[in-house]
Amino acid sequence: MTSSSPSHVELRPGAYADSVALLQVSRTLQQLSGVAAAQVAMATPLNVEVLTQMGFEVPEAATANDLVVAVRLTDDAPPDALGRAHAAMEAALATRTESASVEQAPSRTTASALRSAPADSLVLVSVPGPNALVEAIDAVEAGCDVMVFSDNMPLDDELALKHAAAERGVLVMGPDCGTSVLGGIGLGFANTTEPGPVGLVAASGTGAQQLLCLLDHAGVGVTHALGVGGRDLSAQVRGLSTRAALARLDADGSVELVVLVSKPPADDVATEIRAYADGLATPVELAFLGPGRPDLTAAAEATLRALGRDVPAWPVHEPSTAREPRGGHLRGLFVGGTLCDEAMLVAGAELGPIRSNIPLEAGLEVGSDLTADAHTMVDFGDDDLTAGRAHPMIDPTLRLEHLARVAADPSTGVILMDVVLGHAAEPDPAALLAPAIAATTQPVVVSVVGTSADPQGLDRQVAALVGAGAQVHLSNAGAARAAVALTLAGGAR
Amino acid sequence: MTTRTPQLVVGVGADLFADAVSGQAVEVTRVDWRPPMDGTAVDLAGVAGDPLRAAANEQALAAMLGVQALLVDVGPASEVLGLQEGEFLHAGPPIGWERTSGPLRGALMGGAALEGLVEDPEDAVALFEAGTSVSLEPCHHRGTVGPMAGVVTPSMWMFVLEDPATGRRTHCSLNEGLGKVLRYGAYAPDVLTRLRWMGDVLGPLLRTAVRAAGPVDVTGILTQMLQMGDEAHNRNRAGTLMLLRDLAPAMAMSGADSADVGESLRFVGANDHFFLNLAMPACKLALDAARGIEGSTMVVAMARNGTDFGIQVAGTGDEWFTGPAQVADGLYLGDHGPDDANPDIGDSAITETAGIGGFAMATAPAIVRLVGGTVPDALATTRRMHEITLGENPRWSVPILDFRGVPSGIDVTRVCRTGILPQINTGMAGRVAGTGQVGAGLVTPPAEIFPAALARLAERARERAAPRGAQASGARSL
Repeated sequence: MTSSSPSHVELRPGAYADSVALLQVSRTLQQLSGVAAAQVAMATPLNVEVLTQMGFEVPEAATANDLVVAVRLTDDAPPDALGRAHAAMEAALATRTESASVEQAPSRTTASALRSAPADSLVLVSVPGPNALVEAIDAVEAGCDVMVFSDNMPLDDELALKHAAAERGVLVMGPDCGTSVLGGIGLGFANTTEPGPVGLVAASGTGAQQLLCLLDHAGVGVTHALGVGGRDLSAQVRGLSTRAALARLDADGSVELVVLVSKPPADDVATEIRAYADGLATPVELAFLGPGRPDLTAAAEATLRALGRDVPAWPVHEPSTAREPRGGHLRGLFVGGTLCDEAMLVAGAELGPIRSNIPLEAGLEVGSDLTADAHTMVDFGDDDLTAGRAHPMIDPTLRLEHLARVAADPSTGVILMDVVLGHAAEPDPAALLAPAIAATTQPVVVSVVGTSADPQGLDRQVAALVGAGAQVHLSNAGAARAAVALTLAGGAR
Repeated sequence: MTTRTPQLVVGVGADLFADAVSGQAVEVTRVDWRPPMDGTAVDLAGVAGDPLRAAANEQALAAMLGVQALLVDVGPASEVLGLQEGEFLHAGPPIGWERTSGPLRGALMGGAALEGLVEDPEDAVALFEAGTSVSLEPCHHRGTVGPMAGVVTPSMWMFVLEDPATGRRTHCSLNEGLGKVLRYGAYAPDVLTRLRWMGDVLGPLLRTAVRAAGPVDVTGILTQMLQMGDEAHNRNRAGTLMLLRDLAPAMAMSGADSADVGESLRFVGANDHFFLNLAMPACKLALDAARGIEGSTMVVAMARNGTDFGIQVAGTGDEWFTGPAQVADGLYLGDHGPDDANPDIGDSAITETAGIGGFAMATAPAIVRLVGGTVPDALATTRRMHEITLGENPRWSVPILDFRGVPSGIDVTRVCRTGILPQINTGMAGRVAGTGQVGAGLVTPPAEIFPAALARLAERARERAAPRGAQASGARSL
């Protein structure tokens, strides 16, 4: 700034704008070419002092109710610079930013979303496991039931969550809960079934889905299917959610029979749960799956008999041309962990040890390439294979790749697979799987876990798979037995 | 209790599952979930699982919201705080002279001259460097808050606020106005002259008036001013005039010299920020009620000393969690620009801690223009603050948001979960001692202090749970 540069000071009595607006106007003027300094302000003592320091002479008469416009031009300012500064000032004083329509941002936490939610809302958590407790406990503290689909939740987190829920009478389904059906609404991977007399408590998602579908085929619906997560009946968690779920179903007048599906719990936990179930008014069928125990299909049959219903013949669809068994290993490729377990139990009893990424016994692991020179069954839904990618019920890529490898392996005698239909599963699994099956030469047996009301269309899926050359079962255990028979017929190694 | 068909499903995580529920004709609310601040997942889970947390936070929020702050007296700091010669209070977390910023230095130098410890403020530098006859202590440690530099010396006159339910008190100096003032680090002769006049004339007159008129309900004025366009941090115009309304009659009838009364009324009325120094101690009085509640994750103080930004949390005692104070984003006075501004300074962020100031931006849309924002920005800011707070203040409401209460009780865990930082409205002091105010704008705390506080909360929760935790980690899973 030089003292020779032209300064202009103008008073505007009666004009008023708030200081924030004026600071913006000043900034606008300061940015004009040819303007060395500019200040538009109410002539308060403070502002007069500021203007004086900037080298402007403010008239003595100025009061706090007068607007002062002070502009100093650069020496090389164009002749119309002052006029342009004036125009810019008028424009800036008159400028109003148009209000955009007020759209509310979505809530960033579960707690915040629940503030305006009705009391009987349900929360469905599927964030990564290490982050799941924080969201789930928001639900518990708001008094809402919560389903935690997330896996890999630390054990301490699960304990903290379930203790907090027990204190407040809230139900925690999960963690690692794949399936629940509440009053006909499917959560997670769930099949569409009619309401009915059965209440289901399940520590296994696909186990629950198999039961739902078999019962549906027999014309029996479920009131609710409450998932509790795979670890609920462990020695540490001791069935905290299982008890809460049993109590819920016991209190529900429309439930005639409760079925509890799980892997066998730790011995003392099984005893506690049995004692708890015996204390309820509603009868409870315990279906603990394991070696020498009834499979899921047998559990469905026992349930039907307990209700006094007939047990139907479970449907089997044969391909038009049966493929000849040619000998070799049985190769199972599953998306459902419990379905894989069940198939290993059924097949293992006939064929001997089955190698797997989720083996029934230590020492039977497959290699990192998921293969072994033996009967093998792979669960593509296992945590290790879903880290960083979607579940195989949503994204079939990994299993399809492996299917091609297995089919090309001369030691493969029979191929066994599951297809799980229902909400959240891929919209048309047969679209990619049927051509892949058609490209194989071995006998292929598939269990399709679904109901006629499922969005994918059970009949359409079955027809496509049968058309590709597969033998299709509704019963997973039935499919496993058929696959064993084919393996033995071909001459198992 | 039985299970029913859910009327609403709140989905947090994969959209696929929310879509599947929505496809079954059930109403779905989706949470816009994002990963938490880096490295906080384990501590967040640890604190979420703390059995004390929920009840402790409820207690902390209720304690804060239950306090009514009354202005009961005005008096010199030597009297109301027992401040001794050579004792200096300052804003923000503790700091030594060697790390002080320009505006705090300027205010301390001016304060030393005001107290007669030195003739020339410049001579005070040696005094503070030696440190033998003077001491520095945060206002917060003495039941006090101070705007900007927040320097309090024994002869300065203070507002005294009291919670009638408990008798607890907080204090704050009298506001000097804007521009070249001590709290912005100015210490020129006219600054000291004004402070002496405030001690000789204004303070005693206010004391007479407060004692004669009876306690002033500061919380009540805050309730009203929030409905009159003030957010009580950068805009205190309505509050100041309501205070005058309450005290002017008693000032006029005090028997004091009418020229002094007139000058005092003019001084208060001309200073839009006069009420800030009542809003701040009222907020502190409310927040102090929530201190020392084990397990609570609620922030009870945010304060800056011009170098560090510090927070204190209900569940972590008197510990400060500090990080570097940021420079505000805003508009500048006169020729000043960003290079002239000192980093954030002052205890005035106590207003945001209590749910007003930047948190009540929606009620004072003019303030958002400090950063060139719009009215919808102001509404969005207040709504965004609801994402990181425990509840709402039923007393302090925002008309434009359908009288929704202001977002109250900053939750350390929600800040870490969302990465949303508290929004603070602030003035900007010049970086160089003696400059005074250079602008005003918006600022946030340094992000890292929230994970630091969270880590301590998690540590305390783990220590409390130690017996059970040891057992659990010794057990094998199936």
